[in-house]
Parts: sequence; C-alpha cells; structure tokens
Amino acid sequence: MTRKTRRLWIVIACLACVGSAAALTLRAFSSNIVFFMAPSQVKANPPSPDRTIRLGGMVMAGSLHRINENGTPVNAFEVTDGQAAVEVHYTGILPDLFREGQSVVALGTVQKDGGFTASEVLAKHDETYMPKEVADELKRTGKWDPRFGKAPDASSWDTMTAKKAGG
Amino acid sequence: MFGPEQGHFALALACVLALVQFAVPLWGANRRDARLVGLAPYLAVSQLIALGYSFLCLVMCAVSDDFSVQNVAANSAVSKPLLYKITGVWGNHEGSVLLWTLILAICGGAVSLFGRNLPDILRGRVLAILGGVSAGFQMFCLLTSDPFDRVFPAPMDGQGMNPLLQDPGLAFHPPILYTGYVGFAVPFAFAVAALIEGRVDAAWGRWVRPWAVAAWCFLTCGIALGSWWSYYVLGWGGYWFWDPVENASLIPWLTGTALVHSAIVVEKREGLKIWTVLLAIATFSFSLSGTFLVRSGILNSVHAFANDPARGVFILALLAIVIGGSLALFAWRAPSLTSTGLFSPISREGSLVLNNILLCSICAVVVTGTMYPPFMQLLAGRTISVGKPFFDAATIPLTLPLLLAMGVGTALPWKRAQLARTFSHLYAAAGIAAIGLVLCFWKLSGVLPIACGALAIWVIAASASDVLRRIGMGHTSAQGVWERMKHLPRSSWGAALAHIGAGITVLGLCGMSQAQHAIVEVHIGETRSLAGDDWTLLDVHDYIGPNYKAMQADIAIRHNGKLVTILHPEKRDFTTQSQTTTEVAIHTNFITDLYGVVGDRHGKGKNTTYVLRLHRNPLAPWMWLGGLVMAIGGAFSLSDRRMRIGAPKRAAARNMARA
Repeated sequence: MTRKTRRLWIVIACLACVGSAAALTLRAFSSNIVFFMAPSQVKANPPSPDRTIRLGGMVMAGSLHRINENGTPVNAFEVTDGQAAVEVHYTGILPDLFREGQSVVALGTVQKDGGFTASEVLAKHDETYMPKEVADELKRTGKWDPRFGKAPDASSWDTMTAKKAGG
Repeated sequence: MFGPEQGHFALALACVLALVQFAVPLWGANRRDARLVGLAPYLAVSQLIALGYSFLCLVMCAVSDDFSVQNVAANSAVSKPLLYKITGVWGNHEGSVLLWTLILAICGGAVSLFGRNLPDILRGRVLAILGGVSAGFQMFCLLTSDPFDRVFPAPMDGQGMNPLLQDPGLAFHPPILYTGYVGFAVPFAFAVAALIEGRVDAAWGRWVRPWAVAAWCFLTCGIALGSWWSYYVLGWGGYWFWDPVENASLIPWLTGTALVHSAIVVEKREGLKIWTVLLAIATFSFSLSGTFLVRSGILNSVHAFANDPARGVFILALLAIVIGGSLALFAWRAPSLTSTGLFSPISREGSLVLNNILLCSICAVVVTGTMYPPFMQLLAGRTISVGKPFFDAATIPLTLPLLLAMGVGTALPWKRAQLARTFSHLYAAAGIAAIGLVLCFWKLSGVLPIACGALAIWVIAASASDVLRRIGMGHTSAQGVWERMKHLPRSSWGAALAHIGAGITVLGLCGMSQAQHAIVEVHIGETRSLAGDDWTLLDVHDYIGPNYKAMQADIAIRHNGKLVTILHPEKRDFTTQSQTTTEVAIHTNFITDLYGVVGDRHGKGKNTTYVLRLHRNPLAPWMWLGGLVMAIGGAFSLSDRRMRIGAPKRAAARNMARA
C-alpha cells in the first residue's frame, strides 16, 4: 500500500460520506423546512394541508375557549397580525407563558376549511420579550413602532376582527 | 473583604495578568529566554487566584443579598433558597461569562500543575495561548457585561430568578457543560503551540490526548444532564429539542469525539497529524461560537438569557480574532507538518479515519441545519426553521455505518488487518446482534429504530466480546484471566466502556421513539388507560411553598389492577415573577418511565375537571445512563498510566535530588 493509494482510499471515503451527507441534507431540507407565516399571509395564499408551518402573531383577547372532543380537551383561540385572524386548534396543555393579548408561535398545518391545527404552541416570552418573527411582522404591517412604546393589545388593532371575536 | 469593588478590581487584575501571560512567554520562547518562558506557570496560577477571588466576591454578593449590585438585584431575591442564591450566580449572562473565564483560568492552572513533564517552551506557549483567550473574554466581561455594576438607589428586594432555573439539575449543569466547552481550549492551545513550533510528533499526541478526553467527559456529562433537565423540568415529554443552544453543545461534542479518536493515531502511529491539529482548532472554535453566538442573540433560542447587540459586536470581533487567527496560522504552518506512518485501509487506523469522516459528516449536517435558518433570514428575508424531522432524516442514516464500524474498529489490529481473522473474533457478537434484530422487530416499529436498535446491541456485544477475548476468557484458566485482566491497559477498558455507553444511549433513543402519550380531561376519581396502564386521578389539593403557590395532583397508576405507583405532579405559581411552572412527576423502573403532568383546572364545584398529560416512555433513563457510562469510560482511560507519561521521569528527577 503506497502513500498514493492510501490517499485515494481516504479521498473516496470522504467523498462518499460527505456526498451522502449532502444528499440526505438536501432531501431532508426539501420536505422538512418549516416556513414562518403571519395570519394575513395564510389567508392570502393558504399552504397545502400536508405542509407544516409556523404561525405567529398575537392571541386575540377574549378569543380563547375550549372544546371537548370525545374527552380530549381542545384549546381554540384566534391568532392575529392585525390584518387577519386565523382560528387555531390545539390539543394539549398550553404553555405556562400563554396569555391572551400576547404573542405566540404555533407549529402545525392549515386545514382545508382555513383553520389551523397546531401540534405545538410556543409562548417563549416574558413581559417585555416577544418572538422576533412576530415583532418583525408587526413592524412590517405598521401595527407597531417600537420607538413609541410597547406593542398594543391584540384586540385593539383591527376593530373588524375584534368584533368578530365578540370583544 | 468580599465586596463588589474588590471583586471588580480582582477581575481587572486577572485580565492584566492574563495579558502578561499571553505576551511574555511568547516573546521569551521566540528569544529562547528560559526565564521569561518559566514565568508562564506562575502567571497562570496568579491569574487563577485573582479570578477565583473575583468569582467568590460575586457569590458573596449574592449570598448576602447585596441588591446594590445590578446583577444580584436582577436575578436574586431575599426569599430565594440559599443553594439557588449561589447557583443563581451563573444563571445569568454576566455571571456565566465570569464562570466561563474562571474555568479557562482553572484549565491554565491545571496545565501549570500537571504539565511539569512538558518541555518548557511548549508549556510556555500553551499557557500563553490560554492567557490570550482568557484576556479577551475577561475584557468582554469587564467592558460589556460587568457582573459588579452597581445600581443607585438600591432596591429593597431583587426581582428573583426565573423559576425554571430554580432546580438542582440546572444548578450544576452549567459548570459541567462549561468545563466541557472550555476544556477544549487546552487541545486548541496545544495545537496552536505546535503550529508555532512547527512540530507534531507522537509525544505531542500523548500530551494532548488526556486534556481532550477530560474535556470530552465533561461535555458528555453536560449534554446528558442538560437533556435530562429538559426532560423532567420543561415537562413537554421530550428530551432533545434540536434547538440552536442544544446543537451548539452537540457540534463540539461530535468534533471532540473525532479529536479523541484521531489523537490516538497521532500517538500510536504518527499519522493524521495535520488533521488532528485542525480538529483541535475546530472543536474549540465550535464551542466558542456555540456558547457566544447564542448568548449574543445572533441565534435566537428559548434558552437565551439576554439579547444585546453591543455584546454581539464585541463577541464577533473576539471570535474573528481567535478563530480566524488560528486558522490563518494553520494555513501558513500546516504544510510544514509532514505525515509518516503508512497503513492499509483495513486496519485500526483505517477504522479511526472512517470514524472521523462519519463524525465530521454528521457534524456538517448539524451545522448546516443550525445555521441555514439565520442565513436564509439574512440573505432572503424569509423566516424559516428546521426541527426534529429534518435532523432525524439527515443524521440517523449517517449514524448507522458509524455504529457498524464501532463494533469492528476495536477488534482490528494496527497497520494491517485480515478481515476474515477479525470477523472470526466477532461471530458471537454478530449472533447476539442477530437475536437483537429479531427482538427489535418484535418490540419496535419503524425501519430506522429497528436498524439503530440492532446496531446498538451489536456495538455493546462487540465491545464486550473484544474485552473478553483480550483477557482470554474461555481460553485460559481463571488465574490467567485475572492476571490478564490486571494487565489489560485501562485505556482498553475505557474504550470498551465508552462504546458500550454509546450503545446504551442509542438503545434509549430507540425506546423513546416508541413513546406514547395521551392528553385527557378528567374529574377527580376518573380513570383513563394508556398502553395497558390505568391512570386514576385520586385528588387535587393546594399548598403554599417557600416562594410559590402550588396545585398538586395525586395520580394512581395500576397495571392489571395492581397499584404501580402514585404520581404527584404539580403546577407552581411563582408570585414574585408572576410566572407558573409545571413540576413533572416521573416513576421509573429503569425500563419504562411513567411521566405525568397536571395542567389547567376548569369549572367549579362538582364539575371541576383537570387537564392531565400522561406519557409512557420506554427505556428513557438509558439515554442519560449511556452518557454517564461513556464519561466513566473516558475517565477510566484517563487513569491509564500511559496518559501519565511524566510520572517515571519525575520520579527519576526526585531520586537524583535525593542522591
């Protein structure tokens, strides 16, 4: 075994491993990337029901209610970015930090009827912090300028959606 | 005596000492001045003393409730238990940076004390590099995140710590994890010193390996502990979130594991020198960027304590200097290191090369998955995320050949091996693995879990049979076996244990892939069944804890009518922070975890219902147990006398002194 053939073996092994790693990564990327969407984007062009997305926005004040489906408790609430609201259904225990009028990120799929079924709800904020995606989206839509104080209450943004929620 | 001003001064003093420790030995080594180089250990020890004093001051501030210190006021409170006052010191950004630099200084001190057998010039250079890194981060601590900042007027009480962090597991998790991260600074310093010197040989490999193994043990423990913490504290039933912070610890672990293996080749066969140096640099670079990119808020995460752009810029500059500088040095000097030692692809060296390639491929996948979302955000403005499905699909197929090779690797001899002969040693292990495969088909569902489970059994069987063969089990008498057992190097025991530990962890992961859970809403006295067990909510009552109000549920679990256990999950309401946490209740028999969480209370009077989440997690404890076994394996191989090559030399010197 000369130095050259050994080097050849190592190069072949490297190429095989790195190549399969790249192939696996690309394949996994094409099916498993999760896009973040705001409620208005979901309303404008709903993604297909087999596509998992992250839905982010504020929980509309007064929209949280519970449905009991065959003994399984389902939480239903509306998530809004001030332009549109999407009804979210989530089976499970809402995170400790979940509150109405505050920001939330839900992982799940958009159903055919336009509702959203969440497999996971994240409310990773305290009194001052909100998920970056939600903050960006609020700024983009002009609902909040951080220079003028903290984010407004979700129910006050859009009278139409607030009325629909019965608030 | 232990006030914040003294602590601040000691920190500044340590920073200056670290700068001197960086400059003087390097200059001295360049001029071949033995006196200047000889200063390095003293400087390292005095820097350690100054920094230790500074850290003690911060602990004293927290213990004595000195709320005029910003950091204490923001993170502590009078009502907090003493243990958490102490551990809360590193539960926030400023304190954790201080702890980080303290551990770096301890590493420097350890090199000074245990590295007496190193050539003076090499030790001086190693300590100089450690001092340089230390100085940079102490400057970061002083300039952008000073833990001793005062507030005026001082508040009457502090704001209290995040109750999630108020847990014994998390109290000791950061020091262990940080020791793992920072420990890789020593192999890094050795690599840079070797590049400056332009020489890497077997002795270098022998010196660098114990440090890499020690850091690896701590990092393994730290990751296992962190995963265990998120399992029993966060209460979502999972153990690994594929969150940037977790990936930040996994990435250096992967390259560190590769380093621990490639250093063997340097030590035994003087091969893979350039590669090992690069791995040492890469591992520390990943641990640096992992900890600090997360801390600076560039990668956003559930764990991030503080997001401050000013810190980000400083950290980026520091990372650029450390990582960019060492890589530039590598590019300049590496070609001068020539590799010797020929070996065939089918040999111990060949299997170690394969191990390195596979580990680095997995690492590349994890890096891609972690970095892709922030880059996409930056370049295309689209917010995306990748999670468990991506990492599972991309990493598990690469783990399969790694597990397969793990079983064969230790059985191969150095230089050149005959496959037929090697496989004749592995018949028994292959047989056990075949039985395991049948068992997996019966117990597990899904192609990947079955394959992983069978391969994990293969790794365990092959490692065990390798040790048994070496001690001559079945060939020689009991006396002979005992003799051989005593003479088998500890590093062989260590390697076998570490591999068995990896197998146990993989089995645990396979078991967890079959976990079942149910979310139910029940009245008191109602029973639900999950996977053959009947869960009954017996009672729910409220009580008041030291700094929280709690709601505790009693859940009885019966299997075929026989009482297994009563779980007491809680939901706690911390009044100071207006935050609630869930306390999970877990019953384990080391085969299956029964895991209960209590959620909200709804309705009033007779109609009161409670939401419960019930989990049945097969083999869950094995995941962390395996991590512990891996670390014990590492520790075992650290105790090998080959790792303490200096001992005989020192003894000779002592005898000479006596004569």
